[in-house]
Amino acid sequence: MREGARSSAPSPYASLTAVEAHSVTPTLPAPAARPLAAVRRASGRWGLIVALLALPIYYGIRDLTHGYQAGVVAGHAVVHHDLSRLGFNFAQGLSNGAIWALIAIGYTLVYGIIELINFAHGDVFMIGSMTSVGLWATLGLGLSTGPAGLIGGLVLTLIVSMLVCGSLNVLIERVAYRPLRAAPKLAPLITAVGFSFILQNVGLLWNGGSPFGVNDLIHQGQTVFHIFGVPIVRGYLLALAVMIPLVFALGGFISRTRAGKAMRATAQDPEAARLMGINVNQTISLTFLLGGMLAGAAGLIYALYETNVWYFQGFKAGLIAFTAAVMGGIGNVSGAVLGGLIIGVIQALSDARMGPQWTEAVVFGYLIIIMILRPRGLLGEETREAG
Amino acid sequence: MSASGPTEGFGELRAQLREWRAGIARRLPPWSGRALAGALVVIGILLPFVFSNNSGFMNATIIALAFAVMSLGLNIVVGFAGLLDLGYVAFYALGAYSLGWFGSDFFFKARVHVGVHGVAATEQGIHLNFILILIAAAIVCGIAGIIIGLPTLRLRGDYIAIVTLAFGEIIGVIAVNGQSVQIGGGMTLTAGNLGISAVDAPYFPGIGQFNLLNLRPWYWLIFAIVLIVVGVNVRLRDSRLGRAWVALREDEVAAVSMGIPSVRTKLSAYAIGAMFGGVSGAFLGTYYTTVNAGQFQFGFSIFILAMVIIGGLGSIWGALLGGMLLGYINNWLIPDVLNDLPQKLGLNFSMTEIEYGIFGFLLVLVMLLRPQGLIPERRRKLELTSEIAAEDAQLVESTAP
Repeated sequence: MREGARSSAPSPYASLTAVEAHSVTPTLPAPAARPLAAVRRASGRWGLIVALLALPIYYGIRDLTHGYQAGVVAGHAVVHHDLSRLGFNFAQGLSNGAIWALIAIGYTLVYGIIELINFAHGDVFMIGSMTSVGLWATLGLGLSTGPAGLIGGLVLTLIVSMLVCGSLNVLIERVAYRPLRAAPKLAPLITAVGFSFILQNVGLLWNGGSPFGVNDLIHQGQTVFHIFGVPIVRGYLLALAVMIPLVFALGGFISRTRAGKAMRATAQDPEAARLMGINVNQTISLTFLLGGMLAGAAGLIYALYETNVWYFQGFKAGLIAFTAAVMGGIGNVSGAVLGGLIIGVIQALSDARMGPQWTEAVVFGYLIIIMILRPRGLLGEETREAG
Repeated sequence: MSASGPTEGFGELRAQLREWRAGIARRLPPWSGRALAGALVVIGILLPFVFSNNSGFMNATIIALAFAVMSLGLNIVVGFAGLLDLGYVAFYALGAYSLGWFGSDFFFKARVHVGVHGVAATEQGIHLNFILILIAAAIVCGIAGIIIGLPTLRLRGDYIAIVTLAFGEIIGVIAVNGQSVQIGGGMTLTAGNLGISAVDAPYFPGIGQFNLLNLRPWYWLIFAIVLIVVGVNVRLRDSRLGRAWVALREDEVAAVSMGIPSVRTKLSAYAIGAMFGGVSGAFLGTYYTTVNAGQFQFGFSIFILAMVIIGGLGSIWGALLGGMLLGYINNWLIPDVLNDLPQKLGLNFSMTEIEYGIFGFLLVLVMLLRPQGLIPERRRKLELTSEIAAEDAQLVESTAP
């Protein structure tokens, strides 16, 4: 499969339908058709990497030269000149990024297969959070629950949340996107936005219009161990412990199973896939199911980690995760994970250094920089849209 | 193909209807179209005398007309030029802030008065005549439109949507946080969620005073703006530039090879579309008597886009109708008429709470049942309904080298 994609890469039109959409390993960029374009491409990737590194390097140097206030002892500010604050930002950012990565994979899978920005995806994630929180109450999980009950309950919640979100995503595809397969591309985008609003209002009626605090079931702020003086808390470990196995399972599914092969084939050329006997509609439904399940897992982690749920969380998370998917190269699963982690770090840096109220502007500023420098992202193939 | 499926059964009926319509059109004198337009304008001018001067319906009509101006502006970008803009709220914000900056005592260190009347002529701050504010809003938004357009020139389709969305959100964040951005002399960039209040009311001699108890002058002002904007839109659509937009939308490669300057044409679409948004934003700013950062949410961009789509992409009359329709639904039907309905049914919420859900539902419904909109543009209607066109497009795609 991967060989096939590579052999078709030299043609400038090979990526019409997001070639290599589901490869879990980064691939070589297409050979340059013109020398000038090659230069632009190279500068684009390096320009993007420089832009991404600018923020941590700037703050790292600033911490070393100017120092930062690490605490107050006996009325005097303690100023440190080391990188542990940056390390702290990174730890926080990577664990946040794990949530964004899980959501971003949903965007990237769907975009890879039907070239649609599934605007409702962020809200599916929000429904996942709400389902998890609702299920805790039903199961009676609380701060006094013992470790065995807690782990069992959370695993059950994870499974239910993944199933709910997966089926919800499949349902949305069936109702809102499939009838519009032959319509202009704008049409499903609009129904996606429509469903996003509908789901937001479901969340609004479910848990009210303001952030709804939930029990800190796992004591997420509790430090487990230190790495180079950076405290690693339970929340970080949880995020990574859920994200990493799921991503590997997804990668294995896509690259090893027959259904995964069908997904890759459909992403490459739906018409040819249909002629080869692949049930395209079923494959697309499967893609939505997988994306929705990952969003459901992300929803549970978010609720445990942030200890609040809000009907609007999905919208913000959706935009951030979409930025992550675009940054990594849309249609590329490993790109989405990489992008999610990078966006998480950027967000943590911006939250800590510039103030959380500016974070959204910083993230979207990066999105625009990516679009100017390298529209196909860090690992993505050149597509017709981003050419 | 499945999109046109349900309509096929009505083929004969539709053909019959078309014939009748053509028959009626043949019998009417050639000046009938103009006469109808003239009659509509006269009815429009006289309309406020039918309703009470400060009724909820008048209020909704004024806002609906202002929304229609934005819808017409966005229609240029999305409908004519085919550039999906999801950040149109940025121009609403910049237009409203143009009013806040140039028509209130917000910049209290400055003392500029140009062509203003009454209290505004003596207060501190910058006070320009309302016409000048509209021009300033159009210029500010035109420039912003070009800035937003520049990074999208190399991109197509969804990617344009994302960049414009990002710009819209950035403008929104700046509007909220502008409170903490000092620009010297203790003045800030915006007033954030507190809002710039006490903005100047427009003043035009002869149509009465503009205040909240006397809505007729507001109505006539926005009605005049709508007439001008529709006129400009019709002239633009049939102009060289308008045809260039449509050509770029239909096939960029072909259009460019025919000598259409792609960059200039696209940027002019962004700029002109943005100008209308700015004009309407400035009007809404003074009508709401406050410029508040909370008004500029992403949902509003989608709201305006929904107007254009429900009306019919690329169709001027569709954009006008869609803008008015959603304006009425948003400001009259949901809050005034249907608001208590869920409570009467024993449900514990009000209709205004779920208005975005209702819009979402409408969007899905219109897209599934009538993707071409209420008053479709002729070219797009053909594209969407004829099987042949769809098959042609597939043929072209599948045989691409």
